[in-house]
Amino acid sequence: MRNGETVVSAAGIARRFGDVSALQGISLEIAKGELFGCIGADGAGKTTLFRILCTLLLPDEGRAGVLGLDCVRDYREIRRRIGYMPGRFSLYHDLSVEENLRFFATVFGTTVEENYELIRDIFVSLEPFRNRRAGQLSGGMKQKLALSCALVHRPELLVLDEPTTGVDAVSRREFWEMLGRLREQGITILVSTPYMDEASRCDRIAFLQEGRVLGIDTPRGITALFTKPLFAVRAPEKHRLVTELRRFPHAVSVHAFGGSVHYTDRRPEADGSDIPPFLEGCGLGHAGIERISPGIEDTFMFLMEQRDGNERNNSGEGCG
Amino acid sequence: MNGTIPGKAVADAAIRTEQLSRKFGDFKAVDALTLQVAKGEIFGFLGANGAGKTTAMKMLTGLLRPTSGSASVAGFDVYREPEKIKRHIGYMSQRFSLYEDLSPRENIRFWGGIYGLSKDLLREKSAHLLETLGLESVADSRLSTLPLGWKQKLSFSVALLHEPEIVFLDEPTGGVDPLTRRRFWEMIYATADHGVTVFVTTHYMDEAEYCDRVSIMVDGRVAAIGSPEELKSCSGSASIDDLFVLLARAGTRTE
Repeated sequence: MRNGETVVSAAGIARRFGDVSALQGISLEIAKGELFGCIGADGAGKTTLFRILCTLLLPDEGRAGVLGLDCVRDYREIRRRIGYMPGRFSLYHDLSVEENLRFFATVFGTTVEENYELIRDIFVSLEPFRNRRAGQLSGGMKQKLALSCALVHRPELLVLDEPTTGVDAVSRREFWEMLGRLREQGITILVSTPYMDEASRCDRIAFLQEGRVLGIDTPRGITALFTKPLFAVRAPEKHRLVTELRRFPHAVSVHAFGGSVHYTDRRPEADGSDIPPFLEGCGLGHAGIERISPGIEDTFMFLMEQRDGNERNNSGEGCG
Repeated sequence: MNGTIPGKAVADAAIRTEQLSRKFGDFKAVDALTLQVAKGEIFGFLGANGAGKTTAMKMLTGLLRPTSGSASVAGFDVYREPEKIKRHIGYMSQRFSLYEDLSPRENIRFWGGIYGLSKDLLREKSAHLLETLGLESVADSRLSTLPLGWKQKLSFSVALLHEPEIVFLDEPTGGVDPLTRRRFWEMIYATADHGVTVFVTTHYMDEAEYCDRVSIMVDGRVAAIGSPEELKSCSGSASIDDLFVLLARAGTRTE
């Protein structure tokens, strides 16, 4: 926080809602200009963390700082200097596209014209609909309008809570291309997503699960946390392949993975040579196998299963 | 890629549509949909937002009358026998399936009642379901207090309570972690192994690869249909995700 280059700093943040521990000691730092992703499923704590950082919720424990300011004490100043796009549509349905944009500009004491340069790229596809009520827009267009409204006061930090949830694959790609261009303009971006494939678009990511950080690193670096041999096995009978591989005595985990099945071996020195003979005995002699490097999703599941394994004694089922 | 990758004729079809169309005014939401889904098949129904998936699903589940074309589902005609279709299919949607204010046990009893299961059968099924899903400890807790992944597997099981021949799943795995998503797919596989036909939509393109066959809708029409392997090799795409984006970007509808 003393360092001017740190835009977000969270230290030991905890928050409960009744009996539910939404956050159980989250610590992370985000540098100026970073595109930082919080990756995790529904219930991982992403929204709670974001609301605390945006000064909308008080933490029970820990300290949160944004732009060198304290999230509890300096909330007024922080609110002026950040942009927040909540997960649920946050605009005024009864106002038009243009009215929404002007409203947000006015609230922040600026005008649309003053910062139009920043949002032009995003807003241009909304121009033909500027008089349409926001409630009448499609999901993809609402998302673009919400992003425009969050940017209209040229915030130093942009916080986006699951902007691509429920959005189709094409719109998701377009949205990430927009974020890439915003980052080039020097805006620090904190974004959450349940989609593992989006993680590779970030400079750094944090894996969140049940209110804890499972790991923080660059998308490339984080896969180093996957410490066992991983193989891709292919056969047309995917479900049978999964079932049979799970019976292999050295299997740690077996997961369907797009067109193949990812198999993790518990022996550090395993080279996969004893798997084809095993599969042949199951009538899957035609299966192909190759050693592969773990991806981001492999790593996330590996860390989840490791933690589930450690906690198996005091919980029925690890994850929801 | 130009044109359509044709679908194969299916001998034992659970779903069969021929030029099925639905207009809203001048707008062709679904434009001459022709496809067949085999009994026991896992069929992935893909398309960008606004491509016409929801309208097509509504017609196939007997909720919306087509404008033209023909379709039969579980052997029943969509024009003449929509009520019979509803009795012979299961439906699970991300948006609405279970009552949040009821417990898992109450939801099972409620939906079992709707589908006309006898009291004895329902009691037996309820106990069995709660046990196999690992929900016994929360059987009487309000649904709203449970993790999303638990609700999804309960919702899927409730859609299967009346032993339908076909189950429609509308984005069943949205928002959950990758492990939970895969566990859900194992339930789908187990269901298909019992001969139930699964018709599923998803935004996760890796899940498309878990289907026996998929179709990709663009602007109300089927732009591609086939097994994931066929579609990838025909189009020269590395993944269904790449093919999907290629086809969907060629679409002209903005949702």
